[in-house]
Amino acid sequence: MSMLSFERKYRVRGGTLFGGDLFDFWVGPFYVGFFGVTTVFFALSGTMMILWGAAMGPTWNLWQINIAPPDISYGLRFAPMMEGGLWQLITVCAIGAFVSWALREVEIARKLGMGLHVPVAFGMAILAYVSLQVIRPVLMGAWGHAFPYGIYSHLDWVSNTAYQYLHFHYNPWHMIAVTLFFAATLALSMHGGLVLSATNPGKGQVVKSPEHEDTFFRDLIGYSVGTLGIHRLGLFLALAGVWFGIVCIVVSGPFWTGAWPEWWSWWLNMPIWRT
Amino acid sequence: MAEYQNLFTSVQPVGPLHNGIDLPRGDDKRTGTPFLVHLLGRIGNAQIGPVYLGSLGVASLLFGIAAFNIIGFNMLASVDWNPIQLVRQLFWLALEPPPPAYGLSIPPLAQGGWWLIVGFMLTVSILLWWARTYRRARQLGLGTHVAWAFAAAIWLYLVCGFFRPIMMGSWSEAVPFGIFPHLDWVSAISLRYGNLFYNPFHALSIVFLYGSVLLFAMHGATILAVGRYGGEREIEQIVDRGTASERAGLFWRWTMGFNASMESIHRWAWWFAVLCPLVGGIGILLTGTVVDNWYLWSVKHHVVPAYPLGSPVIVDPAILGVKP
Repeated sequence: MSMLSFERKYRVRGGTLFGGDLFDFWVGPFYVGFFGVTTVFFALSGTMMILWGAAMGPTWNLWQINIAPPDISYGLRFAPMMEGGLWQLITVCAIGAFVSWALREVEIARKLGMGLHVPVAFGMAILAYVSLQVIRPVLMGAWGHAFPYGIYSHLDWVSNTAYQYLHFHYNPWHMIAVTLFFAATLALSMHGGLVLSATNPGKGQVVKSPEHEDTFFRDLIGYSVGTLGIHRLGLFLALAGVWFGIVCIVVSGPFWTGAWPEWWSWWLNMPIWRT
Repeated sequence: MAEYQNLFTSVQPVGPLHNGIDLPRGDDKRTGTPFLVHLLGRIGNAQIGPVYLGSLGVASLLFGIAAFNIIGFNMLASVDWNPIQLVRQLFWLALEPPPPAYGLSIPPLAQGGWWLIVGFMLTVSILLWWARTYRRARQLGLGTHVAWAFAAAIWLYLVCGFFRPIMMGSWSEAVPFGIFPHLDWVSAISLRYGNLFYNPFHALSIVFLYGSVLLFAMHGATILAVGRYGGEREIEQIVDRGTASERAGLFWRWTMGFNASMESIHRWAWWFAVLCPLVGGIGILLTGTVVDNWYLWSVKHHVVPAYPLGSPVIVDPAILGVKP
């Protein structure tokens, strides 16, 4: 019912990190595992708390719901529930759910005899979340520096935080991160396009080979990274983009408090050419 | 002993270099003798070259190099032809579009005329390159998916530099050529039109940008994880599903309840990447032409969060219709 035509032979025991055979089963298409149970626990608790927070708020409009972190004046203390404490509990549940999800991916990969690249890659995204919501606020002395849980309200946080540095585009690590994000998107379009162009060659044509793929990019730009290389490159561009995003925001506040355009003064004032 | 993680190729077998699939009659011969770079081979293919230098490609490069040089010499002129200051101030220098007073007319060279010439030449270069990506695919009997993805990016480029300035009646609305100056353009358009975070097409474009990064991390990691089963041989796996595709699909099915196939993941990839500039271009085209203030537009459409009042209510004069 929820199994693919070839799936049965892959549903074997084993690969678990914790709990042995106790949770080693599937519900529909979903693998459970010990970390499936912890995921459901954290995700359900966190979601219930978000719903409760929305109920305590002024609206059920999906775009307007907002659950704010504590005020800066609470520092790194636990805040009262209605004054940001709820946000704190939701954050704990989020981290619990994300880490559980990653460990569950480890169990699934081990069961399927796969490498652990996916959960490791996901770890970079978790690091980004933890950096924004825990590491940077701790370094700055208050939970209030983290972003709120709300669709449009979290965008207001981005805008307001960025303007604190006058012109965030001048943050050099932000520039690198943006470049890597755009490069990843460009590479994705090229890779998707290339594979589809070989397997969907158009009317009257036969399916093409990797030699055709390589020849296309060599003809076009003199180099083809190849079938294995493009996947290494794509994973690298994506993870490096997230990494520099983490660096650019952790630096903003804990290590640099001025306007980002001013950071470039060191270059302009080098003795060899300062005016 | 540590397990091989499929990140760097440790053994590179070297055979005869590949000169490329034979091209049909009508095409030129390829240029350059291919050679190997061992360090490249640790990540991807080691072979560099040959390249196809066709009429479209050469013409594109000529227009592109000319545009690049005009930008550079204008920047050099702006620092009184001092090459040291050119290097020092490079990121801050610009070739600016005309001031608003000239509207859509042709301005003097030093007042945006060079910018207009560069814009034209760069556009011709890009369109010629697009034609090249289309033609190279057709000549090899491939589909034209790469060319059409490129078209989405060209759409955004033309919106910012051509269509929107025309709709606004002024070349001054277009983007300057320059590292920091083009970032200033981004900041200015957001400030002028009521915060672009509230432009729903801008938001959707970011969804597809972040989504593309997410997807390539997922897809790249998945293929590397099934490299031991030949997962990177994607064409072969598409026409004849093997254990690599099966394990890759089941990983995601067991993780999130659904999965793609070896072919369909590349359709997800293509669409996510293409929709980023496609939708983003729509968002920019609507800015200043149809919508003057995205924040107020969002208030009207009931999506702006209602924060608790920390201070007395101040009504935005713009809502009251107060003339500036």
